[in-house]
Amino acid sequence: MTQKGRNALLLTPAGLWLLVMLVLPLLVVFVFSFGERGAAGGYVPAFTLEQYANLPARWTAFKNTLILAPLGTIAALVIAYPLAYFLAVRCAPRWRTSLLILVIVPFWTSILIRSYAWIFILGGRGLPALLETVGLDDVRLINTPFAVLVGIVYGYLPLMVFPIFVSLDKLDKRLLEASADLGSTPWRTFLQVTLPLSIPGVATGCMLVFILLMGEFLIPSILGGGKVFFVGNALVDLFLQSRNWAYGSAVAMTLVAVMLVTVSVYMKFISRLGGQRDDISLM
Amino acid sequence: MTKDNGTISKQKFMEELRRYQKGSVSRRHFLGVTGLGVATTVLGAAMPGLRPRPAFAAGDIGDRVILATWPNYHDEMNFEAFTEATGAHVQVNVFGSNEEMLAKLQAGGSGWDVFVPTNYTITTYVGEDLITPLDTARLPNYDASAFEQRFSDAGTVDGTLYAVPKNWGTTGFAVNTSKLDGAPVPTTWKEFWDLTMNGYSGRTMVHDYQLTTIGNALKYFGYSFNSVDPNELADAEKLLLEAKPHLFAISSDYQPPMRNGDAWMTMCWTGDGKQLNTDMPEIAYVLGKEGGELWSDYYAIPKGAPHLDAAYALIDFLLNPEVNAKEVLAHGYPSADARTNALLPTDLLEDPILYPAADLLNALEFGAAATLTDPNRAELLARFKSA
Repeated sequence: MTQKGRNALLLTPAGLWLLVMLVLPLLVVFVFSFGERGAAGGYVPAFTLEQYANLPARWTAFKNTLILAPLGTIAALVIAYPLAYFLAVRCAPRWRTSLLILVIVPFWTSILIRSYAWIFILGGRGLPALLETVGLDDVRLINTPFAVLVGIVYGYLPLMVFPIFVSLDKLDKRLLEASADLGSTPWRTFLQVTLPLSIPGVATGCMLVFILLMGEFLIPSILGGGKVFFVGNALVDLFLQSRNWAYGSAVAMTLVAVMLVTVSVYMKFISRLGGQRDDISLM
Repeated sequence: MTKDNGTISKQKFMEELRRYQKGSVSRRHFLGVTGLGVATTVLGAAMPGLRPRPAFAAGDIGDRVILATWPNYHDEMNFEAFTEATGAHVQVNVFGSNEEMLAKLQAGGSGWDVFVPTNYTITTYVGEDLITPLDTARLPNYDASAFEQRFSDAGTVDGTLYAVPKNWGTTGFAVNTSKLDGAPVPTTWKEFWDLTMNGYSGRTMVHDYQLTTIGNALKYFGYSFNSVDPNELADAEKLLLEAKPHLFAISSDYQPPMRNGDAWMTMCWTGDGKQLNTDMPEIAYVLGKEGGELWSDYYAIPKGAPHLDAAYALIDFLLNPEVNAKEVLAHGYPSADARTNALLPTDLLEDPILYPAADLLNALEFGAAATLTDPNRAELLARFKSA
């Protein structure tokens, strides 16, 4: 067998997987998005742009997603970076494994159950009751955008910690010594050596969290009380309640398009930040 | 099975594992000598699904039956008794709206054996060919003459029986009166919405359900609960959007926040009102004077139910008046079955939450089939939620 033939053969399983699991479903959604809702719901074949013309009716859902997904990503980064830095650079090696396991432990319980726990923490008898004892009356936390933000940062934090930890762990400690030897302050060393070298991990973590947040629906529906709607919630609603598959498909196609645009802008930005380095891999 | 089921040292275990891996001993020997065989048997016995089952009188009906129903709508003890008697475990899926049930069945592959549709949806299920005609010979506990007709007639479509009555009830609202500061308890839907946008701001819940949330907003203007008139729906939408910032949540699972004090008022079904009022007397159940919904739910079997025998067995079991009476005592929804009511205590049969005064009851409407399929109502609720 020629080299070319072997390559083609090796690519077949992955190619078939992509075709069946990604391309075909997307094609179905694309075709459906030009259809109409059936009399009792569902889908009727047609060719109309009506579904796309109706998109403004879901503007708030897009707006919520486009505000809270980046905000959640940034908040997760701000919390995860010091933690990953501590684990990789400062922590005594004998503690490292146990502490890393503690970061993973929450993943052993379903996100559904962990989000329900937040209902009690943020509900009237949780934090607000505590705040009342220090004189802050009538604080409402549950079913607000803030509650959703807390929930998504909590839920996705480990996905941010690990890539950053890995990139900091690989960091050649001799570079830090060299920087110190040459008279740099610790802060300057961090800014000019550590941070730039950890950018691949930061980029991967942000990408992972951001992409998943764009499609999130569980946390907003549990901690938002049906009031903080993501595009994911609008989609669930269109398929499972109002049964308008055509319109749902149009909203889904739009979400895919919005994600493609934001992600490619983000990649441009990151590669500029990394100074055109070729060792930055995003996924 | 084996005599070697005592403990084994770590070293010995590893030796045996190596021997097994090299193929010098059989799998049977390995499991026996290490005790893993025993451990597996013990674990297996702890899994109810793997245990031998008591035989069911009418023959083996399988190990499970899957029921799609509503929140707080059954007596768990009855399910346990059913499993005891038949060996079939009852797996419960809870829903918040008829639309959700219909969507699951339309998408196919729901896996349900029994579901609980509301009166006005059954003609749509028949039209969409999603529901199985019932064979009364397999439901010996079903006695058509025992049921009050207005709560049982929606089960028959064009002379064919598709569904048998479960319970009936009303849709009103529950209000925590201790938060009213001495103001009179609201009695109308107009007061419900006005209070939501004023004194109870941030404390009211509405159903995640087009029929009741839109219907009770229509009632604010005195329109029919079932209206599909575009102008009337536009008024309802305006009210809903105006009220939305004042809502605590849009959800059909309103008991937990009502109980812990996060929510003070909610759209509410009879039984939930009864359950809340029993545990917390300061929560009153109110029917809007303008009207609202009167409904009855049914047991039905979807097309393609995977455990058909178990489905019939479960429905028949729950139709048994003695079982049904326990259900009513647990969930507080009235039954239309005279045989069941004969077994219930008088104070329950005279309870004003279950059996409202005639003038309040007469103002109520049954949901109309048109509301389930009307695209404008469906999209209105979806818009309201994503606004």
